[in-house]
Amino acid sequence: MAAGPASHGGLRRAQRPHLSKMERMVVSMQDPDQGVKMRSQRLLITVIPHAVTGNDIMEWLIHKYCITEEEALHLGTLLVRHGYLYPLRDPCHLELRLDETPYRFQTPYFWMSTLWPAAELDYAIYLAKKNIRKRGGLFDHEKEHYDQLHRKISHTWDLVVMQAREQLWAAKQRRKGDRLVIACQEQTYWLVNRPPPGVPSVLEQGPERNSCTAGRVQMTKTVDFYRREVECLRKALGRARVKSSVCLEAYLKFSSQRGPHDPIMSGCLPSNPWVTDNDTYWAMNAPSAAVPTRLRVEQWAFSFRELLEDPVGRAHFMDFLSKEFSAENLSFWEACEELRHGGQAQVPALVDAVYQQFLAPGAARWVNIDSRTMERTLVGLGRPHRHVLDDAQLHIYMLMKKDSYPRFLKSDLYKDLLAEAVVPPKTKRRVFPFMRKPRHSSPSPALLPASASREPSGGDGEA
Amino acid sequence: MCDQTFLVNVFGSCDKCFKQRALRPVFKKSQQLSYCSPCAEIMATDGLHENETLASLKSEAESLKGKLEEERAKLHDVELHQVAERVEALGQFVMKTRRTLKGHGNKVLCMDWCKDKRRIVSSSQDGKVIVWDSFTTNKEHAVTMPCTWVMACAYAPSGCAIACGGLDNKCSVYPLTFDKNENMAAKKKSVAMHTNYLSACSFTNSDMQILTASGDGTCALWDVESGQLLQSFHGHGADVLCLDLAPSETGNTFVSGGCDKKAMVWDMRSGQCVQAFETHESDINSVRYYPSGDAFASGSDDATCRLYDLRADREVAIYSKESIIFGASSVDFSLSGRLLFAGYNDYTINVWDVLKGSRVSILFGHENRVSTLRVSPDGTAFCSGSWDHTLRTKNYLFVSLQVWA
Repeated sequence: MAAGPASHGGLRRAQRPHLSKMERMVVSMQDPDQGVKMRSQRLLITVIPHAVTGNDIMEWLIHKYCITEEEALHLGTLLVRHGYLYPLRDPCHLELRLDETPYRFQTPYFWMSTLWPAAELDYAIYLAKKNIRKRGGLFDHEKEHYDQLHRKISHTWDLVVMQAREQLWAAKQRRKGDRLVIACQEQTYWLVNRPPPGVPSVLEQGPERNSCTAGRVQMTKTVDFYRREVECLRKALGRARVKSSVCLEAYLKFSSQRGPHDPIMSGCLPSNPWVTDNDTYWAMNAPSAAVPTRLRVEQWAFSFRELLEDPVGRAHFMDFLSKEFSAENLSFWEACEELRHGGQAQVPALVDAVYQQFLAPGAARWVNIDSRTMERTLVGLGRPHRHVLDDAQLHIYMLMKKDSYPRFLKSDLYKDLLAEAVVPPKTKRRVFPFMRKPRHSSPSPALLPASASREPSGGDGEA
Repeated sequence: MCDQTFLVNVFGSCDKCFKQRALRPVFKKSQQLSYCSPCAEIMATDGLHENETLASLKSEAESLKGKLEEERAKLHDVELHQVAERVEALGQFVMKTRRTLKGHGNKVLCMDWCKDKRRIVSSSQDGKVIVWDSFTTNKEHAVTMPCTWVMACAYAPSGCAIACGGLDNKCSVYPLTFDKNENMAAKKKSVAMHTNYLSACSFTNSDMQILTASGDGTCALWDVESGQLLQSFHGHGADVLCLDLAPSETGNTFVSGGCDKKAMVWDMRSGQCVQAFETHESDINSVRYYPSGDAFASGSDDATCRLYDLRADREVAIYSKESIIFGASSVDFSLSGRLLFAGYNDYTINVWDVLKGSRVSILFGHENRVSTLRVSPDGTAFCSGSWDHTLRTKNYLFVSLQVWA
């Protein structure tokens, strides 16, 4: 090979940790004691040592990593596709066959992390060799590449042909076994780096990361960056932490509470629309369904946030608050949400509207905020911005959460809702499962009138 | 040149103080200047001061990091899998592909669900962004972006618009219209402007604000209507690859992950980094909050997914297996948070038991790397998109998105 290892192979390797892991795997596979069973493979009259079969590889993978056959086959196939294993019999497809096809481990010289990116000159020499060895033996795509390269580097074409001839001559001096092996190694290398059409290339990467190296150097080396980091770290040291046991117990509680509500874990009634093609589940749980399901009503008791997030739940809560003459709290909270998540241009008008309706002395729907928060808010109103009502909003939110919400859950209103809630029956299994139900389409949320699109709490897409 | 053997060759006006003095050559940032003796001496100590500040800050940061790890470890009294021993193991797990969405001609890079639980938007390498009703597998809208590698797309909460961006360094919002006479591209609004590729975008609680993450190392919050930058978030030392909004009561934080191996939690109002976690060994490709909002999971090129608890302020679980050597590109939780779905670059999807830390299932269904994975809003299914394209008949390529349930 004319070219040496790629100069920025090292840099790229850092971006592809899976290559080093594959290499470690392949090296341990070749361990004389713990590795894959090696045998000598007889090909016609030559004997190639250190060959393995697909089955050997799979068995070793299954045993070493405690995985299933399917996964072992998949992993083995990936190793072959990345060129770490090659079949000894004329490799033109890189796949892991489970018959008696012998495989060998690729020499580290040809590893993707060593010799990458593949040099055009090397490819030209390889194709030239192939062309000389068997006239017209190039595949279509190889012929195309060959012509392309010939055009591109026509000025050094003599060098290419000369190198090719020399390499072929040197190969003839070797033993037949070595010659065969080296040819297979090289062929595999080029199958990986110049895959035939229709075969996905394993070399494909997304857009380059860390490409703005100049920017990155600046980012990491400036005093500013470290100053910010030190500040962040100092703050982090000062924050209050909770014991792991408390946090982890919370996950257990959360998951067990939500388990029955998780369609993937516990299924859903009447049935999962994706499985049965029946979208009744969505109709019954539509955002504005008249009668909510039992699971849905139960969910309102899990947390205040979830009650508010559900339009039906929020509506019922509003009813409850009206009976307690504190509905203005929820309305105020909603108005603040609109401010926080609304357009920048609407901020001054919204702030003013909220002030007039909820905060001004003698306002129609005056909300009861503690004097300190009220003072701070009134001062902030002089320069309205989207977060000016955050303190007041939080105060009212906490008030509702600690006071009204628990009462709501204990109220007759809620108990009645639970009692009236629907528990849909499970869909009976279809007698003729191969007869597909027609899949109903639903109107896109984008078709609804413009007023619906203003709601911050999500669309009304009815299924 | 040694001070003692200094010879006055030049006499003129000093480049710093402009006084007429004997001058000596001085190099500042590889530019040659002529300073008089006193100015040259001052400059020498100045430079030293600047370097000292940088080095001392760097070492201070390192020692603070060490102290932080110590503090975090003090309250770590139990491991997650120990606590989870009481929990029942999950039974046999069967998930199959229920829908295959064919229509993209090239790698699918990103997808997002609509709040109506059935529509999705997906974007691909060739610049196409498609809106599907994935239940019926009908395509409803299609837009061709003027750039390739559209790596980010998002559905607006109202379902009336989509946002997307990629190598054009911008995030554009397209209102969805069914009017046959209207060209969707005509109403496009350019909202975000970054100095490098757009890697992720998400609407906040409404259609009016968009949060973006970019290869230029920053995240930013924008007002959709005016395109105004509302807040920017600096702190990552490399490209930011992903972000997720917190499902919290006050709705003010989000987490981002980047090529600097850090996951950072930000306060949207002040632009400050609230918490940072640096335990991954490679780029973080995906971050997603646990449904309660008290934790988040991350998927990285180091072939592991990790769970970080925000209250304990530390990593609490690692989801990895020796046989998994390719990076995780995309993660998402099931509705109860018990399952973590992760799509990997080895074409598979691994399903993890979040509490016990073990792998529940491995799903094969794609023929190239899984680039994006999202659970539907009501948790009935998840959708995965990948880079696979299969040549079926000559010149006909299709790429699949699959919906599993």
